[in-house]
Amino acid sequence: MAKRMTIIVFSDEMDKAYPALILANGAAAAGMEVTMFFTFWGLNLLKKGKLGKLKLSKMNMLGMGTSMIKKRMKKQNVASLEKLLADAKELGTKIIACEMTLGVFGITKEDLIPEVDEMGGVGAYIMDAKDASINLII
Amino acid sequence: MDADEILDVKGKTCPEPLVETRKKLNKMDSGKILKIVGDHGPSKKEISDVMKDLGHEIVDIKDEGNDWSILIKKK
Repeated sequence: MAKRMTIIVFSDEMDKAYPALILANGAAAAGMEVTMFFTFWGLNLLKKGKLGKLKLSKMNMLGMGTSMIKKRMKKQNVASLEKLLADAKELGTKIIACEMTLGVFGITKEDLIPEVDEMGGVGAYIMDAKDASINLII
Repeated sequence: MDADEILDVKGKTCPEPLVETRKKLNKMDSGKILKIVGDHGPSKKEISDVMKDLGHEIVDIKDEGNDWSILIKKK
């Protein structure tokens, strides 16, 4: 049986979305089964049109810092978050949106991108995490 | 050994060379040879380590200045 990694994605800042998606891609490319569980602010990443508009958690400076980092990332040919999500999905990553926090924020299924595999609760996450060798919260 | 498919990841940085390699191998038939050419330093070792771990055969690794190429036979 393939090894598994789970990531709880709690944040919606660009500098946290990147490591979450890069780790998911690395693990999936290395043959691991990957589950990403999006909850609280992390749910914002799953809203339509949001991935390209995230801000830095530090040095945002009214958007100047973020746009500077974005330019530098483009120059270095760093993949976009949209591309990383598509790659992770192609390599079999499972995307779960936390059903309870969706309700709290009044987000409906129609607000979410089609890459979401399921809306689930702690049970869905734990069933994947209990036998996983890597479990992260970002 | 001649490559059946070539993947050019020059100019791409982490994690793309590794991810693109895996995506490409997934679409190839067993026994076929993939040649990957790139210039992202750490990816050369990472791709060969990960693909070997997945059971594929590393046929050859070459350096040409900053560029490298890896030949992988799909398991």
